[in-house]
Amino acid sequence: MNKRTKLLLNIAALVVVILFIIIANELFDSYIKRILNLCAIYTILGLSMNLVNGFTGLFSLGQAGFMAIGAYTVAIFTVPIEARSLIFYLKPMNAFLSGIHIPFVPALLLGGVIAALFAWLIGAPVLRLRGDYLAIATLGFSEIIRIVFTNAQTITNGALGIKNIPTISNLWWTWSIALLTIFFMILLIHSSYGRAFKAIREDEIAAEAMGIGLFKHKVISFMIGAFMAAIGGGLFAALLGTVDPKQFYFTLTYNFLLIIVLGGMGSISGTIISAFIVTGGLEWLRFLDEPMSIGGINIALFRPGLRMVVFSILLMIVVLFYRNGLMGQREITWEAIGEFFKKLRTRKTRNAKGGAKVE
Amino acid sequence: MSNVLKLDDVVMRFGGVVAVNNLSLEVNKGSIVALIGPNGAGKTTAFNVITGVYMPTSGKVSFEGKDITKEQPHKIAKLGIARTFQNIRLFKKLTVMDNVLIAKHLHLKSGLFGTALHMPWAVKEEKKMREEAEALLEKVGLTAVKNEMASSLPYGQQRHLEIARALATSPQLLLLDEPAAGMNPQETMELTHFIKEIKDEFNITILMIEHHMDLVMEISDDIYVLDFGQLIAHGTPEQIQRNEKVIQAYLGVEEDA
Ligand SMILES: Nc1ncnc2c1ncn2[C@@H]1O[C@H](COP(=O)(O)OP(=O)(O)OP(=O)(O)O)[C@@H](O)[C@H]1O
Ligand SMILES: [Mg+2]
Repeated sequence: MNKRTKLLLNIAALVVVILFIIIANELFDSYIKRILNLCAIYTILGLSMNLVNGFTGLFSLGQAGFMAIGAYTVAIFTVPIEARSLIFYLKPMNAFLSGIHIPFVPALLLGGVIAALFAWLIGAPVLRLRGDYLAIATLGFSEIIRIVFTNAQTITNGALGIKNIPTISNLWWTWSIALLTIFFMILLIHSSYGRAFKAIREDEIAAEAMGIGLFKHKVISFMIGAFMAAIGGGLFAALLGTVDPKQFYFTLTYNFLLIIVLGGMGSISGTIISAFIVTGGLEWLRFLDEPMSIGGINIALFRPGLRMVVFSILLMIVVLFYRNGLMGQREITWEAIGEFFKKLRTRKTRNAKGGAKVE
Repeated sequence: MSNVLKLDDVVMRFGGVVAVNNLSLEVNKGSIVALIGPNGAGKTTAFNVITGVYMPTSGKVSFEGKDITKEQPHKIAKLGIARTFQNIRLFKKLTVMDNVLIAKHLHLKSGLFGTALHMPWAVKEEKKMREEAEALLEKVGLTAVKNEMASSLPYGQQRHLEIARALATSPQLLLLDEPAAGMNPQETMELTHFIKEIKDEFNITILMIEHHMDLVMEISDDIYVLDFGQLIAHGTPEQIQRNEKVIQAYLGVEEDA
């Protein structure tokens, strides 16, 4: 398959996606649109986590924390100034911040930059060490961020959260940023830096012996991942129109972990597919958290939290029996699709020629 | 002749074990030097000290006159020392081509963003890297399998790929840790030619650990013999073959492949 054909196919695929967004915006109700928006956001977060965990071989559990930074940055700076005194009714907003309003896109980017800075602060001491210290540090960070946000009343409005964030109701924002993220990930992974990340994942000692600075490259990957997670978080805030610390419990990171494990650690297409499956699944399984009664008898099992139990079990099953997830480290490429159809066609013609001839 | 690598009284201690004890050696530019000795003599440890994997307990390592005792492994690779590993350490799940390209990353001139966003200058550099990698694979005879996963190659080709990957970093000094391990006599002979070839072709110096005595005696200009971390002999292949201590410690014993 030559470059031209591939480019045309890529453009065709992009056109199809754009058409889908246009149609979906017109046809679907706000509930389905919300889920589709969430799919795009979870794709971004899945990719961010896969970059760090799947492609670079680090073990970071800080997604929820970086996401919270992005979400709160958008919340704090995009809420209309006149609405602020009403939102911060217990304690007024910090005088300096209360006068600053930033448009959505710069606020989104600012969140990304702040998250990347925090990634550097965590990474600098921890990424020099070998082993899984990063998991512990990021887990701690994610909880600390949540607690800080709960208590920094004049900045975050504490446990009350921030409401009245200007919302995005159509699919354009999330989907175009998700597409950009996918595009960026493909470029990054297929660059010399992407190869260096994979080398570190495969064998740190060999990578180092080939001149790849482990610390530098790990920090780069971790910072880019944090940036992406915060972008996802910012979109999340704008989608819901409200942020509060409880949204960013550590269990949120579980969702993204499930996405990358199910989709395949080190597969971009796997992450995208599985982001849709997991988001859809989470929505579909929502009934598990509702009380349920059969013939008037309340079944005690159905109560808030059951959904996460089911999800944790799913995660364990995938980890135990489908190590490689849907895609492993493979990708869906035009070549692979071409091969698939070629095989299908030859099988058909063979069947047409008279069936079960053993060759 | 000037030396490329110099070790002065290097000691490497692991708790109570003295893996390398007062090792001094010199590797002259353009030569092939062998480091031999029985199992556990401290040969691989010496390599790990040279390449910065371990910092020696005491002593000094110099490369081209520069003290590299405390340098990190990737910096040492950048300075011009490349190595292979006793137990092959390829990037197993990546292609042969990627394995070689990764070893060229250290000389990348384009910045992170230019590279990640495939800016024109970075694309140009990538193209050049690929051409060089292709040429290298051609030279080592791996062109036919360049798109295969490294782990799918037969053992002998994996050894060749590891050498190719090391060469891709454009080293001045190449360290080979038992390149002929697990090879039959036929393969060992081919490897002997191969090592001579790459030495001339790439104009490099080679320091090699090896147990196959035919290979060692045929291509080495200079041999160092280690036993229990101690240097017990140093000389030309002829001198080593006649050395009483060496015969006792090593050559006399059944040679293991
Ligand atoms: N990281 C380490 N920690 C503790 N002991 C070590 C370490 N590395 C090597 N040693 C010890 O140092 C000694 C020398 O080991 P080394 O691997 O250098 O031997 P070698 O000469 O390469 O042997 P072989 O021919 O079997 O490869 C051994 O006793 C080994 O157990
Ligand atoms: Mg050894």
